[in-house]
Amino acid sequence: MKTDRKRILRKLFFSTLYLSAFTFGGGYVIVTLLKDKFVDQYHWIEEEEMLDLVAIAQSSPGAIAVNGAIVVGYKLAGMAGVLVSVLGAVLPPMVILSLVSLCYDAFASNPYVAALLSGMKAGVGAVIASVVFDMGKSVVKSRDWLNIAVMGASFCISYFWGVNVVLIILAAACLGVLRALFEGKKGGKP
Amino acid sequence: MIYLKLFLSFLQIGAFSFGGGYAAMPLIQEQVITANHWLTMDAFTDLVTIAEMTPGPIAINAATFVGTQVAGLPGALAATFGCILPSCVFVTLLAWLYARFRNMALLQKTLGALRPAVVAMIAKAGLTILISAFFLDGTVSLALHNVSFRSIVYFVLALFLLRRAKWNPILVMVLCGVCEMGVYAVSAGRA
Repeated sequence: MKTDRKRILRKLFFSTLYLSAFTFGGGYVIVTLLKDKFVDQYHWIEEEEMLDLVAIAQSSPGAIAVNGAIVVGYKLAGMAGVLVSVLGAVLPPMVILSLVSLCYDAFASNPYVAALLSGMKAGVGAVIASVVFDMGKSVVKSRDWLNIAVMGASFCISYFWGVNVVLIILAAACLGVLRALFEGKKGGKP
Repeated sequence: MIYLKLFLSFLQIGAFSFGGGYAAMPLIQEQVITANHWLTMDAFTDLVTIAEMTPGPIAINAATFVGTQVAGLPGALAATFGCILPSCVFVTLLAWLYARFRNMALLQKTLGALRPAVVAMIAKAGLTILISAFFLDGTVSLALHNVSFRSIVYFVLALFLLRRAKWNPILVMVLCGVCEMGVYAVSAGRA
C-alpha cells in the first residue's frame, strides 16, 4: 500500500510536469490531456467523475492548468497529491520565464528582437480578438438578454470609466448568485 | 516590503481571474501597470507575447516575469506563490465538497453568470494591446505619422489566417514578428 501511494505520487508529479512543459494553447488543452492520461490511459478516475472535476477546475478562479492539477491530485492522493501536482504544474513555466526574464533586457534592446516583438504585437492582438469573437458569439447566441447586457455594460464601465476589474467580477458574481437562487426557487428555465 | 506587495498583487490576480488563460490578462494589466507601475505598457505587451509562445498559464508566466524583473528570484517565488494560493485553497475546498456532496448545480449556475463579464474584460485588455500596436505613441489619434500601417496589415492578415485558414496561433504570431523583422533588416540594410 505504501509503495503504491509513492508510485501514484511520483506518476502524478511527472504527468503534471510533462503536460505543463509541453502544452501550448492554454488551460482548456491541458484539461483534455489530463483526462486522456488519468481516465483513458491509467484508469485511475472514472469518465463521469472526471467531467465534474474538470467543471470545478474551469469554473474556479485561477489558472485552469493549476486547478486541473489540483482536482486530479486531490482525488488520487489527498493533500499530498495536491502539493505534488501543483509543484509539477508550476515548475516548467517558472523555469522558462525566469530564463526569459534574465535575458529580457539584452533581448529587448536588440533591434531585431525588438522588431520581432513589435510585429508579433499585432499577431497577439489578432489571436485575442479571435478568442473574444468566439466567446462573445456564444454569449450572444444563448439569447440570454441579461447576460448580453452584462457583457456590454462591463465593457463600457471598464473601458471608458476605468472601473477596477475585481469590482466588475464581484458585481457579476453577486448577480449570478441572486439569479441562481431566484430561478432555482421558481423552478424556472434551466 | 516589495515581496509582500508582489505576493498580495498576484494573490488578487489568482483569486479573481475566472475563466482561465486570457481572463487573467486584464487583472495582471491593472495590478502591474496601473496600480504598481512595475511594467510599461510595452513591456506588458512583450510579456503577453512571450507568455503566448511559451507553455504554461499566463498568470504563472506573468508572476515569474514580473517578480524577477522587480525583485529577482525571491520576487518570482513570492509572486508565483501568491498567484496559486487562492487556487489551492478554493479548488481543494470544492474538490472536498464535491467528494462529499456531489451537487454542483448552484455553483455552476453562479459561476456561469461570470462569463459575459469575463469576455468583456478580455476584450478590453485585447483592445489596449491593439491600440499600442496600431498607434506609435500609444494614444488614439489619426495623425499619419502616428499610425503603424504595417501593424494594421499584420493584424488583418493574422485574423484571416486564424479564422479562415485555421492556422496555429503561435505560428501566426511568429509570422507577424518575422515579417516586421524582415522589414527592419531591409530598411537597416538600405540606410
